[in-house]
Amino acid sequence: MNIHEYQGKQVLKGFGAPVAEGVAITSVDQAEAAARQLPGPLYVVKSQIHAGGRGKGKFKELGPDAKGGVRLARTIEEVVAHAKEMLGNTLVTAQTGDAGKQVNRLYIEDGADIARELYCSLLVDRSVGRVAFVVSTEGGMDIEAVAHDTPEKIHTIAIDPEAGVTPADIELLNAAYELSGEAAEDGKTLFPILYKAFVETDMSLLEVNPLIVMTNGRLRVLDAKVSFDGNALFRHEDIKALRDETEEDAKEIEASEWDLAYVALDGNIGCMVNGAGLAMATMDIIKLYGKEPANFCDVGGGASKEKVAAAFKIITADPAVQGILVNIFGGIMKCDVIAEGVVAAVKEVGLKVPLVVRLEGTNVELGKKILNESGLAITAADDLDDAAQKIVAAVG
Amino acid sequence: MSILVNRDTKIIVQGLTGKTGGFHTEQALAYYGTQMVAGVHPTKGGTNWTGSHGETLPIYASVAEARDATGADASVIYVPPAGAADAIIEAIEAEIPFITCITEGIPVMDMVRVRARLDRSNSRLLGPNCPGVLTPEECKIGIMPGSIFKKGNVGIVSRSGTLTYEAVFQTTNEGLGQTTAVGIGGDPVKGTEFIDVLELFLADPATESIIMIGEIGGGAEEDAAQFLIDEAKKGRKKPMAGFIAGRTAPKGRTMGHAGAVVSGGKGDAESKIAAMEAAGIKVSPSPARLGKTLVEVLKG
Repeated sequence: MNIHEYQGKQVLKGFGAPVAEGVAITSVDQAEAAARQLPGPLYVVKSQIHAGGRGKGKFKELGPDAKGGVRLARTIEEVVAHAKEMLGNTLVTAQTGDAGKQVNRLYIEDGADIARELYCSLLVDRSVGRVAFVVSTEGGMDIEAVAHDTPEKIHTIAIDPEAGVTPADIELLNAAYELSGEAAEDGKTLFPILYKAFVETDMSLLEVNPLIVMTNGRLRVLDAKVSFDGNALFRHEDIKALRDETEEDAKEIEASEWDLAYVALDGNIGCMVNGAGLAMATMDIIKLYGKEPANFCDVGGGASKEKVAAAFKIITADPAVQGILVNIFGGIMKCDVIAEGVVAAVKEVGLKVPLVVRLEGTNVELGKKILNESGLAITAADDLDDAAQKIVAAVG
Repeated sequence: MSILVNRDTKIIVQGLTGKTGGFHTEQALAYYGTQMVAGVHPTKGGTNWTGSHGETLPIYASVAEARDATGADASVIYVPPAGAADAIIEAIEAEIPFITCITEGIPVMDMVRVRARLDRSNSRLLGPNCPGVLTPEECKIGIMPGSIFKKGNVGIVSRSGTLTYEAVFQTTNEGLGQTTAVGIGGDPVKGTEFIDVLELFLADPATESIIMIGEIGGGAEEDAAQFLIDEAKKGRKKPMAGFIAGRTAPKGRTMGHAGAVVSGGKGDAESKIAAMEAAGIKVSPSPARLGKTLVEVLKG
């Protein structure tokens, strides 16, 4: 689960991390009051959307010369003027895709005098099974470009979960950042704070880009991109409350209510599959035969008839879908349950597009019988190759 | 021969009294008499579990007790996500040599804790979020459908459950059959990795060829490819076919499995396929052609 920058900073502040003062607003008439709460004279007006690259992003509704999604202001009037231009408009960044994202929230923040910009992220390093700091002196820019062009400037420091961030780790981090004096002292408290926040709230990613050294020599968290482990939300009611559903795809929200793994995509063949690997492979094979999948959908191992019907309805409700491929290899999942779910859903919402079904595994004969006897226009397929070719041909 | 499990493997079940654990224990008992020997439940020790066909197993209050009473050398875990990490740690502390965790949805930080404990032990963990392991006509641990297997000479290792079934079914249809199929699971932090299973398959004389199925996310396939290159230099090499799921997955999105995400410019399908092919694995572009691809490799 992703949250906004301002929420991420609140979470980090709760653990004692140095963040700037700021106020989140959702309408232009809140802008002036928000700015008046801050010390000034420098303000930053930041678009709050769940995507990176905001500073370099462009607003669809404004001219190409208009400023991006993160702007500096030197007066309160300027803050208000920026808010008017930004709120409600659509920001297109390298991460939003061409459609962009509507900016419904701004974060007005106290400006900082920056001496150096550093990069800091925490993530789970799978190769060692530990939380690791990924750090670089090259902050404030696209870290993937840094990784590509100058990989030697990125350092990974994995933390022993039983020891936590040790003085030796801090020494390594400070050295990697070339910090000294007050900044190095700040590092001694900041790095353990970031680690503690990550572990205790079950984050899956914490990216501070940039972490800055201010002209007064102190460290500050200038940006915060935070994602949480969806599997751990059951023990964090406070974090769950930070979810902003307006940032998510409506179909994905509905799917999550049914506990379906669903990802909306750009193509026109809807997929319903059991198992994440097979669901990905189904997308791949559709592409192999020349079409694009409209979604990834994993109904999981032990889905009920109702869950299958819900998945089918979510897929058919997508206007981009011109054909549907159901691909099931029943292990725990029984083919007759899938068949019953599909038939129930079609009877309820109708079927306006071609449907190809491939069933294999547990109770396959029973499942095929249910589909045959339903009288619905369903094309049966023998294996995954056959199924993909049939649906691609049907969509044309 | 087989790897990891055989007809002598004695297994205790953590989470036997739940619906999933009970169902799959019945299935395992019905599969060539897999030796499911006991269940564990903290408050139901001393009672018996009864399956839907009248099967019974004794329940013990702890893994250690169950091990002492039965001589079990393996454990399978069907405990729900919130308690699964503690269940794994209990099995590690009871010194169970081979632990399989089926549970999907364990918080990653819990697995970081498990991994630290595991690294200081002699136990081997398979999973979590995996379908388990099956040696045809001998032993079934986990949730793989036994009906699609055939005793034979292909070793199968996969991060995905349902794609494991595809590979099993296709090698059965080609008449090759399997020595053992191992699902290592789709989580980012886990126990057994590709390399561990490949090492066992290379060492197993009955395994004449191998199918390896990976997916996007992480670098385990690349690590495995390097391992195979290094082993081949020592003269250890077997014919291999493979597949990588997620070629079309968009960057930055998690595709069902918690570990299936391309992030930070790492873990994409193309670089995995390139690494595997460099190690001599014939990578099928279609998941429907795993069996046929292996047959082509074997024909040379």
